Amino acid sequence: MAGLHKSDIKNPVLNWIDTRMPVFTMMEKEYGSFPTPKNFNYFWNFGALAMVTLAIMIVTGIFLAMNYTPNTEMAFDSVQRIMRDVNYGWLIRYVHQNGASMFFIVVYVHIFRGLYYGSYKAPRELLWIIGVALLLAMMATAFMGYVLPWGQMSYWGATVITNLFSAIPLVGTDIVQWLWGGFSVSNPTLNRFFSLHYLMPFVIVGLVFLHVVALHITGSNNPLGIDVKSPQDTLPFHPYYTVKDSVGLCVFLAIFAAIVFFAPNMLGDPNNFIPANPLQTPADIVPEWYFLPFYAILRSVPNKLGGVAMMFGSIAVLFVLPWLDTSRVRSARFRPIYRPLVFVLVAAVVVLGMVGAHRPEGIWVVLGRVATTYYFLHFLVILPALGILEKPLPLPESISNPVLPRRGGGGGPLPGGVPAAPMEKP
Amino acid sequence: MAELAAAGTGGHHGAHGGDGRRDFLRLITASGAVIGVGAIAWPLIDSMNPSKDVLALSSVETDLTPIELGSGITVVWRGKPIFVRHRTEKEIKEAEDVQMSQLIEPQPDSERVKAGHAQWIVLIGICTHLGCVPLGNKPTDPRGEWGGWFCPCHGSQYDTSGRVRHGPAPLNLYIPPYAFESNTKIKIG
Ligand code: HEM
Ligand code: FES
Repeated sequence: MAGLHKSDIKNPVLNWIDTRMPVFTMMEKEYGSFPTPKNFNYFWNFGALAMVTLAIMIVTGIFLAMNYTPNTEMAFDSVQRIMRDVNYGWLIRYVHQNGASMFFIVVYVHIFRGLYYGSYKAPRELLWIIGVALLLAMMATAFMGYVLPWGQMSYWGATVITNLFSAIPLVGTDIVQWLWGGFSVSNPTLNRFFSLHYLMPFVIVGLVFLHVVALHITGSNNPLGIDVKSPQDTLPFHPYYTVKDSVGLCVFLAIFAAIVFFAPNMLGDPNNFIPANPLQTPADIVPEWYFLPFYAILRSVPNKLGGVAMMFGSIAVLFVLPWLDTSRVRSARFRPIYRPLVFVLVAAVVVLGMVGAHRPEGIWVVLGRVATTYYFLHFLVILPALGILEKPLPLPESISNPVLPRRGGGGGPLPGGVPAAPMEKP
Repeated sequence: MAELAAAGTGGHHGAHGGDGRRDFLRLITASGAVIGVGAIAWPLIDSMNPSKDVLALSSVETDLTPIELGSGITVVWRGKPIFVRHRTEKEIKEAEDVQMSQLIEPQPDSERVKAGHAQWIVLIGICTHLGCVPLGNKPTDPRGEWGGWFCPCHGSQYDTSGRVRHGPAPLNLYIPPYAFESNTKIKIG
């Protein structure tokens, strides 16, 4: 009797369950009536897209694992068998392979949204930190997954990346041999990577859960970056945002399907069609596109330990970003200096991505160093200074009553100055 | 758990020196737990280290007669490429005459070959930067400015003694344990 829940659910069976375990009430509260700022633009789709992609990766991965053999003698052939002999194996693998790329595209846009609209600022610091942890977990998962098909790029990518840890003074070599379970990337390495590649996505699911818990405590940020002041500023999540997310999801899935069916190898490296050969390094070792900017930072520093430290540092700065940005104004719309600089940051990261895809020679070395420098300057010097130097534009009074005329582009908040009442249908 | 139990009774309860004793108990319990967790974690962590069959020092014997002057071969030892190169008089001289001050990791050539066998250099063929296999065994390979080996990954260069002459690699190529069984045969490992 102590804690029985008083359920509002009409259906008697669901009501019986809900009374004893109020999961339906919880779903209704968190995803049904959940009050959500009413001025979201399509950037707010990307969290939901990431969740769907995660589910797609887990489902396709589980079915791949039914036919995959984690042994250096058989891995490459087992993947070829998936592609040629297993019914729809090609489809499952192409969805999984390109799904990893789609996942990173979605998450990078999601992160950009956070940077542009200041979603990392108080009170959402922890939410942001969990997000950065998610990025790291995704990177580890994708890296280990890429090793599994045991092609040349799998092998040499694994060699170069695991060797990063040999830069650690004193214990570096021991750590690397521990990671390998041998004296080079070899069968024990492949076995453990498979085990961990299966595990990590479920760790990611756990982190996503915490991410959403934190989100539902603070509530969502919005394109104006100002707090929700009254119920008039919000809409119930369902049906308004379930529908808006569905629109984005349809577009996303259409693009995803187009890649899977018409250009499934567009993002892959031809070297991975060659079985791993521990005695021959391919002429150019390039990671998957989503790691290129970080790889470029690694190579831009002409010192082994320094390069590794800067590469990890580029993610570490994201963890402390909420405290590096001293401005109290969230949305870049009201920050005249910050706004162009976010785009400079994006340009720097894109340049780094291009640098990472080329041999470190000539102009690419210079570009890599300039872009690396800007990346760190942006976070470590410009953001702390801007909070003091920049004069923000006047903020709107509330979401439902923006005092400012709409600016062109940038996905405006609402029909300007429409009174809130007509929007207030439950 | 110990924390909770102790917090429940409250620090102020323990009269006359009870606090000290409680702290001590807490410390003992916590260290016991840490040791226990460590004892459970270690076997798991250590299981990931190279296993006995991997460690079992396999050795390989290599016949040197087919290796032509000025070129090298790659043999596999413990899953790693081992370079065995037959150096020319000129290459030996270049390797011996270098001034130590010009080297990134100074080491005389004499310490890197076996006495009386200066024409043979035996190296682990793994770049000390991030582990690629450098090119240069075949005379037609790119060998870099110092005539030894060139790493295609990030451009490190090694001389004819396998010493790093141009970064980003920080160290010379390693030398595996090996011995001459006869003038034309070595045993690696
Ligand atoms: C966070 C979600 C995941 C990401 C980002 C991810 C990423 C990747 C990547 C990049 C590859 C290499 C694809 C290729 O080049 O062929 C791969 C392969 C693989 N993954 Fe995943 N994966 C995820 C979840 C899973 C799950 C849950 C499983 C279930 C066991 C799984 C099983 C496999 C298997 C068996 C392969 C090897 C076959 C192949 O290469 O296509 N993955 N994964
Ligand atoms: S691995 Fe040889 S230069 Fe980087």
